[in-house]
Amino acid sequence: MKLYGALATTVALALGAGTALAQDKPAELKVGITTFMSGPASVFGVPGKAAADLLIEEMNAKGGIGGVKISPIFIDEGIGGDKMLSEYRRLVQEQGVRVTLAAISSGSCNIIAPVAEDLKVLNVMWDCGTEKILEDKRYRYVVRTQANATTEMVATVLYLMKTRPDFKTVAVVNQDYAWGRDSWELFLGTLKAFKPDVKVVAEMFPKFGASDFSTEISRLQAMRPDVVLNTSWGGDLDTFVRQASQRGLFRQNTTFVMPLAESSLERLGNAMPEGVIVGGRGEHYFLHPETKDDPKHKDFVAKFRSKTNAYPIYPTYHMAQALEGLKTGYETAMQANGGKWPSPEQVADAMRKMEFKAFGRVVKMREDGQGLEDQLLGLTKRVPEYPFVIMDKMMLIPADMVTAPVGERSPEWVKTIKPDILNSDRLKSYDYK
Amino acid sequence: MNASLLLLALMDGISYAALLFLVALGLTLIFGVMNILNLAHGSLYAWGGYVAATFGIVIAKAGLSPLLILPALVIGAVLTGIVLGSILEIGLLRRILTKDPILQLLGTFAAFMILEDLQRLIWGSQPYFVSDVVSLLGTLTVADVTYTRYQLLVIPSVAVVALLGLRWFLNRTALGRQVTAVTHHREIATAMGVNASRVSLLTIVIGAALGALGGALAAPTTSITPGIGAEMMVLSFAVVATAGLGQIGGAAIAALMIGLGRSFAVYLFPEVEVLVPYLIMVAVLLIRPQGMFSRVATRRI
Repeated sequence: MKLYGALATTVALALGAGTALAQDKPAELKVGITTFMSGPASVFGVPGKAAADLLIEEMNAKGGIGGVKISPIFIDEGIGGDKMLSEYRRLVQEQGVRVTLAAISSGSCNIIAPVAEDLKVLNVMWDCGTEKILEDKRYRYVVRTQANATTEMVATVLYLMKTRPDFKTVAVVNQDYAWGRDSWELFLGTLKAFKPDVKVVAEMFPKFGASDFSTEISRLQAMRPDVVLNTSWGGDLDTFVRQASQRGLFRQNTTFVMPLAESSLERLGNAMPEGVIVGGRGEHYFLHPETKDDPKHKDFVAKFRSKTNAYPIYPTYHMAQALEGLKTGYETAMQANGGKWPSPEQVADAMRKMEFKAFGRVVKMREDGQGLEDQLLGLTKRVPEYPFVIMDKMMLIPADMVTAPVGERSPEWVKTIKPDILNSDRLKSYDYK
Repeated sequence: MNASLLLLALMDGISYAALLFLVALGLTLIFGVMNILNLAHGSLYAWGGYVAATFGIVIAKAGLSPLLILPALVIGAVLTGIVLGSILEIGLLRRILTKDPILQLLGTFAAFMILEDLQRLIWGSQPYFVSDVVSLLGTLTVADVTYTRYQLLVIPSVAVVALLGLRWFLNRTALGRQVTAVTHHREIATAMGVNASRVSLLTIVIGAALGALGGALAAPTTSITPGIGAEMMVLSFAVVATAGLGQIGGAAIAALMIGLGRSFAVYLFPEVEVLVPYLIMVAVLLIRPQGMFSRVATRRI
């Protein structure tokens, strides 16, 4: 009996010591990262992964996060929502991953966010734009280290109104899924605050991954709207621009607005015409007027180019923001914790009241988990230095001017925007140099 | 709905319908001869596209005229058809000829997945563009809308040539008559002295080449990415089911219906654009479950 008691106490002590040890730093920080490695959206997801590999290697060389090396595990979003979710659960439940970066597609984010909350896994929405996730529900474990759809679309309308304000008709060709639909709703809602009697002549939503936009292009040629919005990205946008260019769609007197086109500019080369309004879902660009001469930024661009043979595009910058945000979150939580390794809850809470800087301006995280990231938009222009169009007549728009306040729903908030916001002196313009 | 709208929808639908027809033709031929629904057909479309893209890149690198891609496409499709078609027939289809239909479907589906992964292994997952020839051929303007000559003239002509060529082959040549015989009744044809396995091999190769030709023709107009095989497979199946399995002329009409139906939908009711092919298929099958044009066959018990 005595021996049994001694044995039991020893076991209890060992277990107790074991749990106390859990508060010490783990051998490695496993981070699950979802990205598109197949399908049309891989032109987007593969550079994102390359950026992650590059930046994590750099971070680990400097000791990782708080002395713990980061060990990334990648999931392919291209395998479809169901399979991706089961991979995600497998990572969390079988491999003990407590921190994830998910996802690129708003559809994937919609699937993963509630699951992450349920499984108590810190999830950083590193690239998806849908504002509905953080607006419709209060999350503890889900944060976003970049701007959301509202910020991006309102900034786009602002840029359009400042540069090409004389138009009467508008049409849209967007991908038929969460982002395509929501971005149009926000754009139109905001536009009506400035031009209440703008006329919508065509609303077309070809399916995600469509390979043929022939009919949409014909309709646009027949209707000749003054402004055409296309928030497509990746392969879909590439195909649309190429097919439109072949059919001479860009020769007509229409202002094309493509808020995500920065990611396609290098691939498209001369297929993209001049005078198109493009954005990059945030204020990052390899020719960012304020930070392109920053040594850290130049170093990143050079390393990325030598690794992938291409200039960095916005998904790579979003990845940089997510990793930098995660690192800052851990460091902030550890400071508040007296130096002990924080739990995912502590990091998630810390990530709601901090700021960080990747390769652009400072991003401020606010209490609902949404990051406030300024927006950069410009007009395409051909220059002799590059074999593809670059952004000229750039404008930087502060995030707090164009993001719905905490607790408000974007579709209602955009209706309250006042047109005199265009006269703000906080909008900074830059020409390409 | 005015006349110009009709005309525009027609112009848009025609190249899509032509591609659909070529792929469906291959599928229905293979079914006719072997009585197996070849689910690997979609990946033949994808392979045709990738091979065409490769030829296009080689031609561009060699600095030759982009017009050369046109014969290169056809040659590429024929080669793909010969290689993949023979492998499929000898390696798989011949061996599952007498097996349970479910087993046949599973077998061809497995072949589809293998081919898809092989394609990803060889060409990766990034999109390929080889559109120089389209820009070179220039545009045509009809009713204020500009179309590319490639989509309005080249693709439909190839489809028409394929249709007429196949009909001539089947009706006017000895080999073609043998194919018809084997399609009608394999055993009796064999009893009459037709080498059914050689005829099957030839037909599969032709069917595969047609599927690959669809992909090859589509290559200059769109981006070739993983997944286009699956998309085309489902659509071509809808066409074949609507027309009736084994019907060649019917496949042309069904392809036109579905292709034009889709482009009309984008003009009139864009929300149902993705549904249109399947709505048409369901509507037809509800009225005639064997497809629009299938002959009434006596059931052998």
